[in-house]
Amino acid sequence: MAVITDEPKAGFRLSMLIYDTRYRSITIQFVVLLLVMAGAAWLIDNLLRNLAALGRGVDFSFLSARAGYDINQTLVEYTNDSTHARAWLIGLLNTLLIAFLGCIAATVLGVIAGVLRLSNNWVVGRLMTVYVEIFRNIPLLLWILMIYAIFTEVLPAPNAFRGEDATSTMSLFGTTAFTNRYTAIPWVIFDNSLGWLNLGFIQISIDFTLVVAAIVGGFFLNRALIARANRIQEATGDRPATWWQSLLALFGPIIAVFVLLGGHFEVPELRGFNFTGGLQVSNSLVALWLALTLYTGAFIAEIVRGGINAISRGQTEAAYALGLRPNRTMNLVILPQALRVIIPPLISQYLNLTKNSSLAIAVGYMDVRGTLGGITLNQTGRGLEAMLLLMLTYLCVSLTISAVMNVYNRSVKLKER
Amino acid sequence: MSNSSAFVRTEMLPPMAPPVSQAGAVKWLRENLFSGPLNTILTLLGVGAVALLFWEFAPWFWRSVWNANSLTECRQIIEERYGAGATGACWAVIKERWPQYLFGFYPSHLYWRPVLAFALMCVAVAPVLYPQLPKKMMWFTLIYPAIGFWLLWGGSIWVPVVALAGLPIGYLAARIILPIGGAILATIAAIVVPVVWWLFLALPVELALEAMIPASIEQVRSREFGGFVLAFTIGFTAIAFSLPLGILLALGRQSDMFIVNKLSVGFIEFIRGVPLITLLFTASLLLNYFLPPGTDFDIILRVIIMVTLFAAAYIAEVIRGGLAALPKGQYEAAASLGLDYWKATRLIIMPQALKISIPGIVSTFIGLFKDTTLVVFVGLLDPLKGITDAVRASTDWKGVYWEPYIFVGTIFFFICFGMSRYSMYLERKLKTDHR
Repeated sequence: MAVITDEPKAGFRLSMLIYDTRYRSITIQFVVLLLVMAGAAWLIDNLLRNLAALGRGVDFSFLSARAGYDINQTLVEYTNDSTHARAWLIGLLNTLLIAFLGCIAATVLGVIAGVLRLSNNWVVGRLMTVYVEIFRNIPLLLWILMIYAIFTEVLPAPNAFRGEDATSTMSLFGTTAFTNRYTAIPWVIFDNSLGWLNLGFIQISIDFTLVVAAIVGGFFLNRALIARANRIQEATGDRPATWWQSLLALFGPIIAVFVLLGGHFEVPELRGFNFTGGLQVSNSLVALWLALTLYTGAFIAEIVRGGINAISRGQTEAAYALGLRPNRTMNLVILPQALRVIIPPLISQYLNLTKNSSLAIAVGYMDVRGTLGGITLNQTGRGLEAMLLLMLTYLCVSLTISAVMNVYNRSVKLKER
Repeated sequence: MSNSSAFVRTEMLPPMAPPVSQAGAVKWLRENLFSGPLNTILTLLGVGAVALLFWEFAPWFWRSVWNANSLTECRQIIEERYGAGATGACWAVIKERWPQYLFGFYPSHLYWRPVLAFALMCVAVAPVLYPQLPKKMMWFTLIYPAIGFWLLWGGSIWVPVVALAGLPIGYLAARIILPIGGAILATIAAIVVPVVWWLFLALPVELALEAMIPASIEQVRSREFGGFVLAFTIGFTAIAFSLPLGILLALGRQSDMFIVNKLSVGFIEFIRGVPLITLLFTASLLLNYFLPPGTDFDIILRVIIMVTLFAAAYIAEVIRGGLAALPKGQYEAAASLGLDYWKATRLIIMPQALKISIPGIVSTFIGLFKDTTLVVFVGLLDPLKGITDAVRASTDWKGVYWEPYIFVGTIFFFICFGMSRYSMYLERKLKTDHR
């Protein structure tokens, strides 16, 4: 039997670094690393020489200096005596607020528009097509500017709501006033407030923490109930009625917290020339939120439509053949599969929305770019440090969002053996 | 019984017309608009919304004024024609200021240059978009960047010529080295020689040529660029350069080589994690820190570099999806045919991966073109906010909001919509599967 063996290897030769596939990849990586390091060294050398020429180094101590400027929307306590680091925090919270509100509203709008676009109703389908195409093909900046212009140019001043024969009336059943300076919305007031929880650098309202805890708790309680019902169904074949338990689990805790804390809604009221009570939301926030919602909603609508379209018709037919009703077909067969297609691009839309919220610069909403990358940068002249921190901030936010959403993605992903 | 005969029909009955409710418009309406209570409500809501929008905005468009010298005059004309309190569109601002929207503050006697550059760009792009055109046209596409640059910025013709000369020089170097040193050295020479040319030899050669044969046209500074000339300059340059860069990054991310892989991942994730605005600010505020002291770098060039890097990271991710979607058999088949990495990539992998990623690539391009409006925040005059603010700064057109936005938005819409339709056409044309 002939055995093919490699010829005994000669010793290592230098040309093998290029011509031998075993070594070539190491050579290439070495060269790449060398080039990258040379490039980085060149950049850093330039940086140091430029900084030396300007007579300054890299210094982050400006963060603990007094900021000295006011911010029009502060979620936690801030005055112009606070530090630049505090202003950074305020900006970050504002960014997170607009991103959070935008993601929720865009998802709701996008899902509705995507499903309606698939409906066999001709008028509604066409309308949604027009909506999606118009918003996807025109720059977001235009929508932000346009909606902001509508708020500042078209809406009445607060004093137009005044008097017996006021030229303007409050919208949404007399609860909300859209004015050219702010939007006054009803806001919840707790009579038996538990005060503030001091965490050192921020204070958190105990009341709202409880409300959020009640909502989240109710959600998980509901999931546990459904899981239990599923277990019983699988064991006995009978599914216990869960609808009233679900209602109780979802809304019981929140109502209980509300009643215990004496919560009620306070409707804004006109006193003199301005509205008092309720909450006055700056128009920059509302305009930015609307624009981001409408713009991202159009993209999400396309994702939802694509996801539902990606499920082959055979799945529906098979579900019908098993005797499932259309409602359950959607819930048990189509949606779980469509979600798998929908979630990954949805994550990147959330990330896009968060990054696009930096267009707040166009309407003067003080997000983290407006505080740290705007006024702080200009006041202290620390462009390098501020931009570095700003980029790190956005990177952390992006990575956190994608990490959280990836956990969810893993839970809906196809579990393969 | 014998005299009675069974009834036998001798002629066919003509088919009856379908019931009214099952044919024609009525059937269509019933099936598409009023098939159930929910559908009926949706239809009524939809029609109501359209009617409301029409009711609100049609009069405004109907009362358009095209000839006026200022917004006040516009409003006077509208009130004279339609009574006090009437509002209408004042397109006179567009009629008077459209050159600014298209060209920014580009010198008006040189408008022919961007127009010519645009026309030549269409010629250069045509063979890329439509492969049925003669392949020879690709040569023009290759030299177009130099022509476009020279037409837009002006100056000496030797600058683009010398810059372009790097390509044949690299090719020649490779041809000379190939018989002596083999393919790998030739590749290295093809990269190193042009770089040396551009870095060290190009400038003296250009100056010498300029001294010998002076041939230059009027120079235009970057600050004078604006409007759609700026948007196209940034958008199309970035599109042209981000695709090859994105392909390289995607290949790097798929690579088995640890360092190449990690560098690509790091670059892509960093760029995708930060907003474009921060990159643009970096370009305008910080780039000078990282360059040798005393270098002054053209602002449009800086912006183009940043936008290119930004788009390349997104395109890399799109192409990575295409590469991942390709069956593993394709890689193995290419390897078993004896193709090396670059041949396999060029002939087998990329054509298929790119085909899969067309929709994603084009939507990245659309996003990039829309994002060119963000350059306003580093002080360039984009058509949307930069020029509109400049127009509004004049006393004549103070307070004009909707007309400029509608005008600019419409142009953006047609360009981006056109791109997305082209990608659909391309997808259909390249479809090879049988369904």
